[in-house]
Order: sequence, then structure tokens, then C-alpha cells
Amino acid sequence: MTLNALLFQALNGLSSASSLFLVAAGLSLIFGVTRIVNIAHGSLYMLGTYIAYSLAMHIGGALGFWGGIVATAVVVGILGALIEIVLLRRIYRAPELFQLLATFALVLIINDAALWIWGPEDLLGPRAPGLRDAIEILGRHLPTYDLFLIFVGPVVLIAMHLALARTRLGRLVRAATQDREMVGALGVNQAILFTVVFALGSALAGLGGALQVAREPANLSTDLTAISDAFVVVVVGGMGSIGGAYLAAVIIAEVKALCIGIGVLHIAGMALNFSKLTLVAEFLVMAIVLIVRPYGLLGRVQAAVRSIAEPEEPIRAATPTFKLFATAVLVILIFMPLLARNSPYTLVLGIDVLIAVLFATSLHFIMGPGGMHSFGHAAYFGLGAYGAALLVKWLGAPMSVALIAAPAVALAGGLLFGWFAVRLEGVYLAMITLAFAQIVWALVFQWEELTGGSNGVIGVWPPPPFDKSGFYFLLTLALTALGVFLLRRFLFAPFGYAMRAGRDSPLRAEAIGIHVKRVHWLGFAIAGCVCGIAGGLFAFAKGSISPETIHVQRSIDGLVMVLLGGIQTLTGPIVGASLFATLQDTVMRQTEYWRALLGGIILVLVLAFPGGIVGAFTRLFTKRAAVT
Amino acid sequence: MTTDPMLKLESLSAWYGAARILYDLDLEVGRGEVVALMGRNGAGKSTTMKAIMGLIAHRTGGVHFNGRDISRLKPFEIARLGLGFTPEDRRIFVDLTVIENLDIGRQPTRQFADGHPAPAWTPEKLFALFPNLAEMPNRPGGRMSGGEQQMLTVARTLMGNPLLVLLDEPSEGVAPVIVEQMANTIVGLKKEGLSILLSEQNVHFARLVSDRVYVLEKGQIRWHGTISDLAANAEIQRAYLAV
Amino acid sequence: MSDLSIRALSKAFGGVHAVREVSFVIERGEFLAMIGPNGAGKSTCFNMINGQLAPDSGEILFENRNIAGLRPREIWRLGIGRTFQVAATFHSMTVVENVQMALISHAGETYHLWRPAAELHRAHALDLLQQVGMRDAADKPSRVLAYGDVKRVELAIALANEPRLLLMDEPTAGMAPRERNELIALVKRLVVERGISVLFTEHSMDVVFAFADRIIVLARGRLIADGTAAAIRDNPKVQEVYFGTGKTFAAKASP
Repeated sequence: MTLNALLFQALNGLSSASSLFLVAAGLSLIFGVTRIVNIAHGSLYMLGTYIAYSLAMHIGGALGFWGGIVATAVVVGILGALIEIVLLRRIYRAPELFQLLATFALVLIINDAALWIWGPEDLLGPRAPGLRDAIEILGRHLPTYDLFLIFVGPVVLIAMHLALARTRLGRLVRAATQDREMVGALGVNQAILFTVVFALGSALAGLGGALQVAREPANLSTDLTAISDAFVVVVVGGMGSIGGAYLAAVIIAEVKALCIGIGVLHIAGMALNFSKLTLVAEFLVMAIVLIVRPYGLLGRVQAAVRSIAEPEEPIRAATPTFKLFATAVLVILIFMPLLARNSPYTLVLGIDVLIAVLFATSLHFIMGPGGMHSFGHAAYFGLGAYGAALLVKWLGAPMSVALIAAPAVALAGGLLFGWFAVRLEGVYLAMITLAFAQIVWALVFQWEELTGGSNGVIGVWPPPPFDKSGFYFLLTLALTALGVFLLRRFLFAPFGYAMRAGRDSPLRAEAIGIHVKRVHWLGFAIAGCVCGIAGGLFAFAKGSISPETIHVQRSIDGLVMVLLGGIQTLTGPIVGASLFATLQDTVMRQTEYWRALLGGIILVLVLAFPGGIVGAFTRLFTKRAAVT
Repeated sequence: MTTDPMLKLESLSAWYGAARILYDLDLEVGRGEVVALMGRNGAGKSTTMKAIMGLIAHRTGGVHFNGRDISRLKPFEIARLGLGFTPEDRRIFVDLTVIENLDIGRQPTRQFADGHPAPAWTPEKLFALFPNLAEMPNRPGGRMSGGEQQMLTVARTLMGNPLLVLLDEPSEGVAPVIVEQMANTIVGLKKEGLSILLSEQNVHFARLVSDRVYVLEKGQIRWHGTISDLAANAEIQRAYLAV
Repeated sequence: MSDLSIRALSKAFGGVHAVREVSFVIERGEFLAMIGPNGAGKSTCFNMINGQLAPDSGEILFENRNIAGLRPREIWRLGIGRTFQVAATFHSMTVVENVQMALISHAGETYHLWRPAAELHRAHALDLLQQVGMRDAADKPSRVLAYGDVKRVELAIALANEPRLLLMDEPTAGMAPRERNELIALVKRLVVERGISVLFTEHSMDVVFAFADRIIVLARGRLIADGTAAAIRDNPKVQEVYFGTGKTFAAKASP
């Protein structure tokens, strides 16, 4: 390809960067002040495209298009303010991850609302009045609208920079980013400040979405793509740095554009298809940036946020009552195949629940006691599942070998990814785990020769007698119980204590000779290994595995399960996973709008049990005990 | 004192979670008076300040300030009535410059209940009071020494033109020279007509600046009186302050 | 024999010299106080000795071995214990588990996966708690302790690896006067019994004058004085940069 073509692609990249920047800047602004990681930010972006489409179509003409874009930003801003007032205001004092869960519920609800209003079809808006033409640059045609977009990003960047540096609102935002409570104690009405910031951030997302209306169709899947892009941009740029966000947006958009531009390249007889890299390009960029600069390009070490989370109780060995209860549950489960003889669905549901329990417990192992909030646990599930399935497909391996290989492959992945991940903290750690999960997913998706691409691997059935759901249920039960027991045992052993010591106070743990990073690294690998068993079991349970089943959605499901149950309790993930998997399997079958229903349920749970279900029960009992 | 007190606590109690920290505190600060709240660490001094300021969610009892009941108000509403708060851990905005920090604290001028104007502050006036700050108006808060931050946090509070200031542990963790400056500042503020409630463990410091003293122990007031009474009362000093 | 010997230690942050050519020694069993105004370089100096910061130049000889640039955990394993300016525990553990954790690490059992940690070294941990007067609180969650008690637990943790040198960063910060004296008296008794040397920073002059064997003074990154309490108190340079007129503390030099 020629130099001119490359430069032309670079211009294309710049126009994509503007939208990316608008979403990311809003996200960064909101996070800075409210400390809420707003997953629903991508949904606001998606709504922006839909609303701008409707306004442009119904009003029509230049007013409908350009006026519509401005009106969209205002409408989405107001919607953001409403979300802040009605929902988020109630959960500012909740632990960070709980806020995450609540905004995730919003993603589900908004997505179904959009489905209900606009339907499932992609909607392509009109072209921009006044900017329909293309101009010739470097021997190619560049739409003038794209040229216009190239300037939008820097204009917004400069406006935001001036507003933050020169206005009182800007100073208040910067002060509140560091210490909201103190700003309040100096006479500033925080509630209004928060609402204003949320509205502004939302308006930016709406604007970003609206500007896309002339370039790309409104589509129901843009919410998750937009949020993951925005996260990557914010993290690469450095949390809280608006300039960094623009820089990161440009770099990522350019890398993507160049990958498309380069296309297939022949190097030493090998055909390398760069356009396939677009799926992982941004995550590769993020992984590299975070390894070199752990706080992003222009980010700084985050001042410790004042912790308002509930303090954690010391772990205690199981009481006789608890042991009895656990044994009883196990016995009932062992007899399940007999009890549920006439209801095969119950057993299928049971297998799903058990796999979810193993998945969630392994995630909790690093999230709770390890304090490492992994947003990419699906990676190890996927490595286990594909490890097992590919052995069966290519080598005709028996199930026993495949189920041993599953955790081994996941362990290897955990050791590799964990080595990088434990070098980071907080949101940055969450994001790099997400990046690794996306890389695994893209690898599976793109490497069609080996993995079957989007079709996945089929025909992974268990041999007799495990082809009967009753027997497979028992196998799953045995491995899940073993996995859960081992993880629990590790937590009570010195290793688990060292992991918690490193979480409670890394400085103090190092000062008594604990190699915190190594301990957390091994913890990460152990969790990955156990998660691999869940993946292997899943592949044989379904008889197949596809990229879709190991996508980001599964990682988020895991987070929801752990948080629902309560992150500070050891039984929490078991209860959370059981409830979530059951809800998912049952609610999903009832309605077309299962996402909204699920989201609604999550919201109710979040507002009613702000310490997880098990946490709520524990508190109830301790209160009772205190009264009597 | 003939006039109503500026600040009056009636049976103030406060909790952190399930743990009760304060037990039925009764306390008064008169206009133009400097009152020291003394007691060892964990006695409840900082909690008292935060409870007055509305920063503790769970509290009961009455808090009257300048003739108004403020016990149900939010922190920003209390601050807007002219109650200033400087926390013990300073809580300077480290990314903002000295001047910007002062701007965050800015509020309109105000009057006492009798219509008498309260002392009004500008950055210029504060720079005269704290010459160290005048030398570094554009320095970010994060690049200042502990003593300079301590001065900035007081100056930031004064920008709100308060009628009364809650000063939490002004002498903790700074060098003796800075402590001395802080004492001079407090005496100066009193001359301007401000009322001050300060929490303190250092008896020498309290003796330099305060009129009256309340002694706190385990969330209860165990003794109160004038500073000279305290100085003469070796038993109280030994029991609760342990010099 | 000197236990710790600091030679020409320097550290700069972005061109600003935080510590410049500082040299001093701590003799075996000595109780040495480091004082100075805020921003004088005390914390930087301290953090280079405990391994949190690597010096730009200079040597830190502990028992004739240069430990400059080693990591905190490596320095701990050589026999140097420390306490923190803001005391805290591993808040999700009980009091005794906090001490057990240090003993487990000292015994090299950190990576053991099977035996419950709560059963390991419990007797030894209780014994250490007994010595700091915290035996009765052993099974309480450590996060409910009063601040003064946290300081005591931290001391028990610091003694777990049988250190020969103890670094204490403002050991009495945030404590009432009587607690201060009690804690330092306790430290002094324990270290004298064990022959441990102590380096501590402190803002409470009452404590410094009452307990320190010797005092060193830092100002603007340089060592400006090194001597006995009486010599330091009467040093005009120290009075100017640090003590002021002395109105705000009762300066009683130890006899």
C-alpha cells in the first residue's frame, strides 16, 4: 500500500477518534467526581444515535439533523441527570463494585427500552445537510462530514480544558474529584454538583452518539462496544486526564484505521491479515501501555479514595451447624438425579448452576480475599472450555484427559496474564484483565482453522454413562464440590492469609517479608486453574463451545454473581451464582425483554441488599443475636 | 456572658455504625471566645467536630448555631450559615494551587445575628496573616510541606467568612515553630471577633490560646472550666490529659 | 560496634534535594531520635533505610552489609523491624492472626496451602501480645481496636522476626501525652531486654527529651546537629529552625 493511502487512512482514524474521545471524556469526568464507573455510559451513547436518528427523520432537513444533534445532547444530558437523581444518589455510599452492578442493570434496561422503541433492525440516518459532499485529498475522496468530525474532538478538548482550569465550576469539579466531603464542608452543594457533572458527562456521550448518525447505523449492540472502547481510552490516557483521553482516542483510532488500511501483508511467505487485528488492536495497545505506564499515558498515581466500604469480619472456621447444613445440601444434591427423574430440565438447570458456582467461586477467590477485581474471568473459562474441546476435536482425546487438560491450559493462561495483571491496581487491573479476555476471545474468533471461528467447536459430547444428564450432573457436582472445597481450604491456610494481608495493606505485608505480588500472582493463577475446570465441564455439558459463550458478557455475569451473593463472605459466591444462574435460565425463557427484567431484579437487589444476600443474612442474624 | 452563645450543643450523641462514640454532650461557645476540647486520642474530639458539621450520618441531640437549630442540616448548609471547619488531616486539594484552594472556600460576607458584620477575608488579607502562603500563590497544594498545608487549610476556611471556626488538632504533627505561629494566628483571629472551638491534646498550646476548656473522655464530658482552673487542677490533668 | 552506619546518603525528587549527604551511626542498643521541621527529609531518610525508596547515592551499612536499594521484605529478613507513622493492622484479621501472619512469614511458611493458619504459631503470638499488654484482645477483630492499642499490636508484629534494629516512624503520633510516655517506656523496656537498637522520628519533644540516648537533627535535607539532649536543646541553630521559643512544649532534658 502507498504512503498516500496510509495518510488517508490516518485522516479517517482522526475522525473516528473524535467520537471516541467524546464518550471517554464524559466517562472520565463522571468517574472523577462521583467515583462511579458508569457502565451505562455506552448506553447513553447508543441512545444518542437513536434519538438523533428519530429527530432527523421526523423533523427532517437541516434543522432536524443539526438541531437534532444539539437537542439529542440536551435530552441525553437530562436523562443522565434523572438517572443520577433517581438511582445513583442512593448508592454513592455503597462499595464501588455495587455501583458497577447498578449501572450494569441500567445497561440491560436501556437496551431493552431501545429494542421496544426502535425495534431490532439497524437504522441508518440521513446524510448531513450541507456536508454531503466529499473533497479530494491525497487522490481519494474524504467525506466533508468526516473532515468536520476531525475538528470536533479538539474543539471539545479545548473547551473542556478551559472550563476546568478557568471557571469556578471547573475548580469545584477538580476539588470534588479529590475530596467530595471536604468540598461539601466548605459550603458547596454537592448534590447539585454531582447532578450537573453527570448531566454534562451524559450530554457528551449523547453528542458523541448523535454525531455518528450520519456515519453508522443505530444498532443495539453499540452500547457494550462503546463502553469498552471508552474504558480502554480512559485507561490508556490515564483516569481523570482529559488530554490523555484525546491522545489515547487518537492512538487507538489510528491503530485501528491503519490495521484496516494495511490489510493482508505477506511477510516471509506468511499471509498476515491485519484487518483481523482490529478486534484486538485497542486491547493490545492498552496492554502494552499499562505494562509500560501502569497509570496510563498522562495519568498519575490515584490519590487513595476515602474508603467507605463496610469493614470485613475476620474469617472463622465453619461452625458445626454450618458443616451440618453444608453436608445436608450436598446429600440432597447427590440424590438430585433420583429426585428429578421425571424432569430432565431440572438436571440441566442444576448442571448450569453448579458450573456457575465453580466459575463464581474461583472469581471470588481473587476478587474478595485477593482484592483483584477481574473483569475478564471469561478468559480462563474459555481457555478451559476450548482446551478441552480442541483436544477432543483434533486428537480425539477421551473426556478424562480433556477435563485434566482444561484446568492445565487455564492455569497456563492465568500464570501468563496474571504476571502482568498483578503489577497494576484497581480500575487499571480490571481493565487489563478485560483486555486479556478480549484477546483470548478474538484469538478464538479469528483463528478459524483451529477453532472453527464463530461456529465454534461442536460434537464435544461426554462418553457413556455421562451422556445421561443424571450421571453428568454427579460428575459436575463432584468436581465443583472439590474445587470449592480446595479454594476454601487455601483461604484458611497461610497462603490465603498472605493474600488478604497483601490486600489489606501491601506496604505492611511487604514489611513483614511477604512478596505480595508473587502471592497475588499465584492466587490469580489458582483462580484461573479452577475456573478452567468450569469451562471444561461447560463444553461437555453443551456438547459445543463458541466464541459467544466466552465473550465479555460472561465476565460480567461472574461479577454480578459474586456481588449478588456478597463479596465479603465465603459462601456469597455460591448463593449468588445459584440465584443468578437460575434467574437467567428461567427468566430468559419467559419474555423477549428478559434483559430489562433481569436488570430490574438486579436493581431491586442492589437497593435492598447493599451487602449482598449472604451479607444481609449475616447482619440480620448478628443483630438478632445482639438483641437477645 | 450576656449574649446568647454562638454554638450550643444539647445532649449531642453520635454513632459510627453500631458503635456509639459520643454520649449526651452539652457544650457552649460564646461570641469571641476560644474554647478547647481536650482529651486523649479516641476520646471523641474529632467526632464531636464532625457531628457538629453534619458529617456523621447517625447523630441525635440539639446543635444550635447563631440562634438556629442546625442539627438536621447537611454539611454544605451548615457551612453556608457561617460555621467553618478545618479537619485534623488538613484535606488540602492537592491538585489545586494555593489560590484555587482558597477560591473553593469562598463565600459571601455575612453578619452576626445582631447585624454586626463578621470579619471579611480576601486572599490579600489572608496572605498578610500567613506570609508563607503569599510566597507561593500558584504552588499546588500537594507540593507544600505539612506546616504550610496546615496554614492553607485554616486560610481556606476563613475564605468562607465564618462566624465560628472548628479547628481540629491544629498543633498535631507539625514542628514546634509552626505550632507557635498557629497559636499566634488563633489569638489574632479572636481579636477579630471570631469564635473558635479547637480540639487539642497539647496543654501548653491550649494554655496559650484558649479561654475555657472541656475535657472529653470516652465520648463524655468529664470536666469543664476556665483554662486557669485547669492549670491549677493537677488531678484532672493527670486523670484525663496525663501531662 | 555500630549496628547501622549511614554514609553520605542522598536522594533528590525531580531536582529537589530531599536528603543531602547525610551520615550518622547507631550504636548497638542505642535509642536514637531523629527530629526536624516538616519537609526536612526525615521521612525520605527513613524510607531509604527501610527499603521503600532507593537512595541516589550513599551507603546504608547494617552489620557491615550495604542494604541500600534492597526491598523492604529483604531488609526485614535481615533483622530490621519497623512500625508505621499511621498505625494500622491487617483489618480483616483478628489481633492474634496479625501477629501469626508475621510469624508465619518469618518461618517461611507463606506459601503453605493446607494447614489452617489460625493453628500456626498461636502460642508464640499470644506470648508476644502478652508482652505488649494485648493478650486479652487476642481474638477480637483488629479493626475495632482503639488507636493506642493498634500501636501496641504493631509493636508485637515488629518484634516477631526478632529484629536487631527497630525503625519507628513517629511512634507516638496521634496519641495522648500519657499514652505516649507509656508506649515509649514499653518500647524502651522491651528493646533494652533484647539489646535492640532503635531509630525513631518524633515531633513530641517531651518524649524525645525523656527517652532518647542521642538526638540527630535534620533541616532542609542536611544533618545540622548530632548530640545529647542537653547539647541539642541549647544548640542555637536547632532552636531557630525547629524549637522556636519553646513555649509550646515542656523541654525537660533527661538526666
